[in-house]
Amino acid sequence: MNFKALFKPKTLAVIGVSLHNDRHPANVIYYKNNLRFQAEVFPVNDRGGVLQGETVYACISDVPRKVDLAVIAVRAEMVPNIMAECIQAGVGGAVVISGGFAEIGRRDLQDRMVSLAREADFPFIGPNCLGVYSPPYMDTFFLPSERMVRPSRGRVALVSQSGGTLVDQMSKFADEGIGLSLGIGIGNKALIQELDLLEYFAQDPETEVIAFYVEGFEKNAGREFVLATGQCPKPVIVLKAGKSPGGSRAISSHTAAMAGDYEVFSEVVSQYGVVEAKNQFELVSFCEALSCYNQSIEGNIGIITASGGHGALAVDACSSHGLSVPPLSDQHQAEIRERVSPRVRAIASFGNPVDLTGSAVDDDFIAAAKFLAGYQEVDCVVVLLLPYTPGITPDLAARLSQIYRQADKPLIAYVPHVEKYGIFIEGFEFNRIPVAHSIEGAVHMAEAMRRWQPC
Amino acid sequence: MLKKGIRDILSASKDVGWVLEPQAKRLFSMAGLNVPRFTMSTTVEEAVRFAHEIGYPVVAKVVSPRIVHKSESDGVAVGIDSDGELTETFTRLSRIEGFVGVLVEEMMSGLELIVGAKIDYQFGPVILLGIGGTGVEIYRDITMRMAPLRERDVESMVKGLKASPLLEGYRGSEPINLSELNRLLITFSKLVMDLEESIESIDLNPVICSSTTCVVADARIMLKESLETE
Repeated sequence: MNFKALFKPKTLAVIGVSLHNDRHPANVIYYKNNLRFQAEVFPVNDRGGVLQGETVYACISDVPRKVDLAVIAVRAEMVPNIMAECIQAGVGGAVVISGGFAEIGRRDLQDRMVSLAREADFPFIGPNCLGVYSPPYMDTFFLPSERMVRPSRGRVALVSQSGGTLVDQMSKFADEGIGLSLGIGIGNKALIQELDLLEYFAQDPETEVIAFYVEGFEKNAGREFVLATGQCPKPVIVLKAGKSPGGSRAISSHTAAMAGDYEVFSEVVSQYGVVEAKNQFELVSFCEALSCYNQSIEGNIGIITASGGHGALAVDACSSHGLSVPPLSDQHQAEIRERVSPRVRAIASFGNPVDLTGSAVDDDFIAAAKFLAGYQEVDCVVVLLLPYTPGITPDLAARLSQIYRQADKPLIAYVPHVEKYGIFIEGFEFNRIPVAHSIEGAVHMAEAMRRWQPC
Repeated sequence: MLKKGIRDILSASKDVGWVLEPQAKRLFSMAGLNVPRFTMSTTVEEAVRFAHEIGYPVVAKVVSPRIVHKSESDGVAVGIDSDGELTETFTRLSRIEGFVGVLVEEMMSGLELIVGAKIDYQFGPVILLGIGGTGVEIYRDITMRMAPLRERDVESMVKGLKASPLLEGYRGSEPINLSELNRLLITFSKLVMDLEESIESIDLNPVICSSTTCVVADARIMLKESLETE
């Protein structure tokens, strides 16, 4: 199946616009796309008419241009016929927004749609979904433009069974400066499922990380999915909802009692190198880290800090996440001590964490960072940067990033995320260094790289 | 492709819904796994004769289609070391609900593991390895992988157990024979792939591992409700 019409359409028909109700999802979608995105948009309603001065077409075949993508937002009973008309008219694919299918017991309607589509090799997303967010081409989410928080364009593709979770996650991406290549709400995933999208994004040059929010796979679909991720050169991250155990039969085996749906899910995805995020926060951190570094670490962390307390908290977080913080030998400590400024030399401690104290200046951070960049025992460095220490300037982020690009060793920063320190945060983001807003978050990012096992 | 003997056992167990221990052991033995020397006896005389053949001490377990978890019904006796004790045990076990016989087998010693299988809705056949015995569901020291297992899956399963030092030899104890465990897991995983359509889950609990061998000391196979063995 060719997904180009779904994700990069030149022309878009919105089927089901209302002439009287501007809050109808189809109207919201029509307005937000019309003249605001690159795709040319045509409103369709079986009664025809005029909507805000634009011709409403009574039928998809009346639209004067060849339509790439049809967004279908009509009553469920009408959807199979509308889809048949779209196929007849040579439309390239559809997003079915309408609900009222398998989720309320009307699997028959859904199955009719699927068999029509399969026969015609016609791709569609949904039903019961938000569909596709694909700027600058178009956006099928029925959420008013002014209410959406939009992440910038970037390298993470996000696929979600739940539309609400997708929108929520997108706003968290925007907060953290994580760019999105495409956001897709797949709803009932009647035809196009996780596996199809995984295969698409594995080939998509604009996507470097593929993230999924999954409630459950269809029968054996999990098996096919993990086998495909085992072949995928890009990091795949999954967040699974529904972790509590279901009831098991009274008379059963120990294995059946212990191997619950979620337990199996969690073990099997990691068996095939998928990075499982346990919650929304991990999903954000993991996406940020892996979109900056497509690489795996063993998890030996070097820590540079200007505060002993921050260093100690970071060590605790590392140990609770199974990461190690190897101590530096006396000789190595002496090497760093020689490189830092005399003021700091007397009061800093140079084990791991390297605590440069509140008297440190940019050059001291650079000296410690340079040493750890070349130090073999450490495969990832976490810098805890406190912008309120007087000797630090916003230049530090760019200078640090250069060192680690050259050393090809991942660097993760922690900067308290308040507006006042925005310039420090941007300094890292701009240079593709993942920057966390908590110490725990920085450690999550390192953990993502430890869990990611390229095939 | 399943051997005919294995298919026969599965279809004969259809009505009960699960495969009783003697038949399950026969099945796993046919598939190439080690089981203790055992006999299914319906009279005290048979039981005693077999005990003499293999030598005391022996284990005696109730065989009943109504009893899935034998130890919960006091249906297992270990360390029996005389004709008198075996006779007494036989009599006691014969009063248990659904009694059809007593399984007499040699005593094994070693580390008790559980090896299990489940046909998962999303992922199909899955293999479980854990610390075995009656307390498995309390300790829950388990790892699971999707079948068929690859060599590296087996390695990571053993390493993934909290108790893996026990397997590798802890504080002077001898390590278990990991290559035998490895062979058992790979053979079992292949068998489970062939049984996918017939079973719901399997417990091999305990699998008793020593420095020389791994033996399936107890086994139950829960069958799928609509059995399709052919």
